[in-house]
Amino acid sequence: MIRILYQILRTGIKTEPVDLPADTDIREIGAELKAIIDRHFNGSLTIRQVDAGSCNGCELEIHAMNNVFYNCEQYGIHFTASPRFADMLLVTGPVSRNMEIALKRTYNSTPAPKLVAAVGDCGRDGGIFGKSYASLGGIHEVIPVDAVIPGCPPSPADLLGGILKLLKNKQ
Amino acid sequence: MKTLLEILTAELDAPVSPVSGTFPATVPVCSVPRERFAEAARLLKRAGALLAAEWASDETHLGRGFGVYACYRRDSGYLIVCAALPLDDPSFPSLTRRFVPAYRFERQMHSLMGVVPDGHLDPRPWIKFEDWPEDAFPLRKTFDGSQALPRVAGEYVFGKAEGEGIYEIPVGPVHAGIIEPGHFRFQAMGEDIINLEERLGYVHKGIEKRFESLSWQEAARLAGRVSGDTTVAHSLAYCMALEAMTGCMVPDHAQWVRAVMLERERIANHLGDIGAICNDVAFAFMLYQTMRLKETMLRTNKEIFGHRFMMDCVVPGGVAAGLDAQYKAVILEELSAVEDEFERLVMIFDENSSLEDRTRSTGILSAEEARDLGMTGLVARASGMQLDCRKDFPFAPYDRIPVNIPVMSAGDVHARAWVRIEEVRESLRLIREMISTMPKGQRSAPVGSPAADTTGFAAVEGWRGEIIYWLQSGPKGEINRSMVRDPSSLCWIGLERCVLGNIVPDFPLCNKSFNQSYSGNDV
Repeated sequence: MIRILYQILRTGIKTEPVDLPADTDIREIGAELKAIIDRHFNGSLTIRQVDAGSCNGCELEIHAMNNVFYNCEQYGIHFTASPRFADMLLVTGPVSRNMEIALKRTYNSTPAPKLVAAVGDCGRDGGIFGKSYASLGGIHEVIPVDAVIPGCPPSPADLLGGILKLLKNKQ
Repeated sequence: MKTLLEILTAELDAPVSPVSGTFPATVPVCSVPRERFAEAARLLKRAGALLAAEWASDETHLGRGFGVYACYRRDSGYLIVCAALPLDDPSFPSLTRRFVPAYRFERQMHSLMGVVPDGHLDPRPWIKFEDWPEDAFPLRKTFDGSQALPRVAGEYVFGKAEGEGIYEIPVGPVHAGIIEPGHFRFQAMGEDIINLEERLGYVHKGIEKRFESLSWQEAARLAGRVSGDTTVAHSLAYCMALEAMTGCMVPDHAQWVRAVMLERERIANHLGDIGAICNDVAFAFMLYQTMRLKETMLRTNKEIFGHRFMMDCVVPGGVAAGLDAQYKAVILEELSAVEDEFERLVMIFDENSSLEDRTRSTGILSAEEARDLGMTGLVARASGMQLDCRKDFPFAPYDRIPVNIPVMSAGDVHARAWVRIEEVRESLRLIREMISTMPKGQRSAPVGSPAADTTGFAAVEGWRGEIIYWLQSGPKGEINRSMVRDPSSLCWIGLERCVLGNIVPDFPLCNKSFNQSYSGNDV
């Protein structure tokens, strides 16, 4: 136990302000994200992540949003296991034919009003997998999409920036 | 000791003919009459070989029918046995009586290529879902892969344990957390798991068909996206198979940089897994600590290689960017920092008795089961099998920098976590040695086009285990077939076995200790 406490103490706080690519004031944007979530989501934006056919690259980066550097909970963003509790679906693609029905069911299980972000180049348009007998292409081919967060995969900072952009556009 | 080819040639009661135009020369390919395909498997099994992969190829553009291929492995030798099937009767004797992995391989071959394994006990499709038209065989040349398929009615029938008090738990495909989709069907009695059946294929993206419409260069990018967490190892295996076919001599510098990237990928993923295993037994401290180390490595990857996961950094003929002295120093400095922190965490891991209590004797896969099921990679090594392509099928620089292979015998969650710990330590050592011995030189060499009707093979030890690529060129030297075999295609079945008799709440822990790829399995 002593070792654990010591390690926690010597690690200190690693969380940093999110490093957004634009030349805007980063702290301002972080504060803005939190302000919007506080105002419209009572301080907590709940996300269900859905892998609709991804290669797992985007999932690794979505996981990384939770690590101590990005700590997305500081803005009130957290992930839920059930779509019934979700405000937003974060969907990675391409939508495989074999996931089409499950994706639609997940979408229908999410209470309205709901937001959908298509993540990654494949979520945008199918990426390198394109459209085929097995891949239906981008997320918008199957469910309505509010915003796209491109990248292969998008970094955790891109993801946070993309979520902020979506929320601002919907305001 | 006789090679597998010598044993087969001496003992099979039918002609064994060597096949030409196959690369590299160290992996022999021979053909047998199709009715002796299973007999060859029996003889090779008796000689101690394991089935590493089995697949089919549509060779009509090459003026033949279908080809079925089985890749066997014993110690450091691979042998590929093939048989020709006529177009009007594409059936072959099933290998399922000899090798468990053939069970899913052959269902997949039947589903996607329409070749029929005679004597296979399970006619259900695999990867292909019941709502596909029955006569849709995407890997056949006559199938137009660019068109959407209609949905038909059909139901997948799960195996079922029955009896008083037995209940069923369906899980997935959209299951808890940020994770790939798959379906798990449990039958349980009280808390105990009586039966588990996996149903995979949800993320089938038609990758093998897609390969056939790409150029050899573009296909390297696709190989890097078969399983995003293993992008270096997959693109490396693809590139090595292509380079074998074209006789490309990759510069030493590039070989060393590739190996540094491969080991960095291993460390990053193992760090994430060690933390995730601990998190599943409510020891979240470790997850946050290891994810912190992983994140620092990903940032260094971005700085040095230009991508956090090093996607598209391995290219045909070499690497996208070399390593200069400045970056070598960055890597060495980072290694020391990571190693120092990692050893502190290992000490905490080792001293935590409640963690040990949950991980020891949970999800045991015995050495005998692991061998029977044909496990590979870290799952095999945690169950007493000493296999590793870096030792068994060494390519530069592993032929000059020997790798110590950690092997544990317990086969439980603890052993699988501990194999990862030892592998992180070994990879740290390897990277140091690679950096200090790295030759100067070019970052890549030109890659020509393969000749018509040739094949290339490569096996690379990714962080999960042995990844196999088998490429075949068509009549114009284009891609006729690209067979991708992620270690997950072998190891998923081990998870089904190891959870039996465990309690349902330990399933996530067992699953995490395997951490197999859905995307790599479903391709």
